[in-house]
Amino acid sequence: MSHDHDHSELSETELRVRALETILTEKGYVEPAALDAIIQAYETKIGPHNGARVVAKAWTDPAFKQALLQDGSKAIGTLGHVSRVGDHLVVVENTPERHNMVVCTLCSCYPWEMLGLPPVWYKAAPYRSRAVKDPRGVLADFGVALPKDTEIRVWDSTAETRFLVLPMRPAGTEGWSEEQLAELVTRDSMIGTGFPRTPGAPS
Amino acid sequence: MNGVHDMGGMDGFGKVEPEPNEPMFHEEWESRVLAMVRAMGAAGAFNIDTSRFYRETLPPHVYLSSSYYKKWFLGLEEMLIDKGYLTREEVAAGHAMQPAKALKHGKFDRANVERIMVRGKFDRPAPAPAKFNVGDRVRAKNIHPATHTRLPRYVRGHVGVVELNHGCHVFPDSAAMERGENPQWLYTVVFEGRDLWGEDGDPTLKVSIDAFEPYLEPA
Repeated sequence: MSHDHDHSELSETELRVRALETILTEKGYVEPAALDAIIQAYETKIGPHNGARVVAKAWTDPAFKQALLQDGSKAIGTLGHVSRVGDHLVVVENTPERHNMVVCTLCSCYPWEMLGLPPVWYKAAPYRSRAVKDPRGVLADFGVALPKDTEIRVWDSTAETRFLVLPMRPAGTEGWSEEQLAELVTRDSMIGTGFPRTPGAPS
Repeated sequence: MNGVHDMGGMDGFGKVEPEPNEPMFHEEWESRVLAMVRAMGAAGAFNIDTSRFYRETLPPHVYLSSSYYKKWFLGLEEMLIDKGYLTREEVAAGHAMQPAKALKHGKFDRANVERIMVRGKFDRPAPAPAKFNVGDRVRAKNIHPATHTRLPRYVRGHVGVVELNHGCHVFPDSAAMERGENPQWLYTVVFEGRDLWGEDGDPTLKVSIDAFEPYLEPA
């Protein structure tokens, strides 16, 4: 193996990104260590585990659920472990009559604090273009089907309001603890492109 | 602007392809781009609406063929040049050559990291009473601003119903162009799927947008 192959080839984009960071650093705008800390914070502090705890709490505590649907940010602010949500979070409840799905057709707005950084598909053209016109077709791409009479409500995140779907609690979970229930809550079930896991199903 | 970023209702982009066990970043440089955007925004070089506008103004073929973080990078570089924080010569050289421009909130260092992990606040005191009430029928105006707007094309001209009033928020159309926050009432407005997509549309579909008051007229 030649020496060249010992190093991964730097793409043009990678070189340009490095150059920009060098310039911003040399000009005294940013500290590279602060950029490292931002990345580390995103990698460790936010993610769907935050949303899952909120959903599981709502499934077990009717007063919390009511408060959550009334004012998502305020209710979540009362939970110490996921209090960093900021303002403008709206929680929308799935029922047998209505299924909610969240999209941002204009860019990629998403409740980062609750769900982490959005997946590529959420930010890409197929989802952004079709979610508002053919949500059942989009759900089929996820292997998800709804009864044909169920209302589908699509929330297009066109402002700084953020939306979190409160999925329906799976059957067969009577008496489960919040911690057990949180394990069933998937990221996609809180976007509305999936359902929670069902007890006993492989995760 | 009527750009390719305004994708709601477009056809031909194919299936949604979820990636199992998707990593947070696919390449290391993506994380650096995210961090630079967050840091320079927090330091006061630009607001979130301006940064969106710079991504939207990428040439359509570039927008459509670039990955998400590539768009972020291209928008960031162009915006920082336009706003005077760096020059094309510096970008070409890969090094600083000119004196720095002062940042509104100063250098972004480690002490600033905590504060950006809490989402910003966008609600503002109301300069005037709300024109619409929950339950009102409203029409999304048939407007086509050439600059940044958050009124998607697919609802323009259509009638919906006000469902939520979120209070007064920073108006992106003004903030993106650095014309001040110009706070406006913000409503969730719901449209029937068939009103948007015609009789062949899904009869069970309702779509809502969050609409600033200047986007709406009584119907």
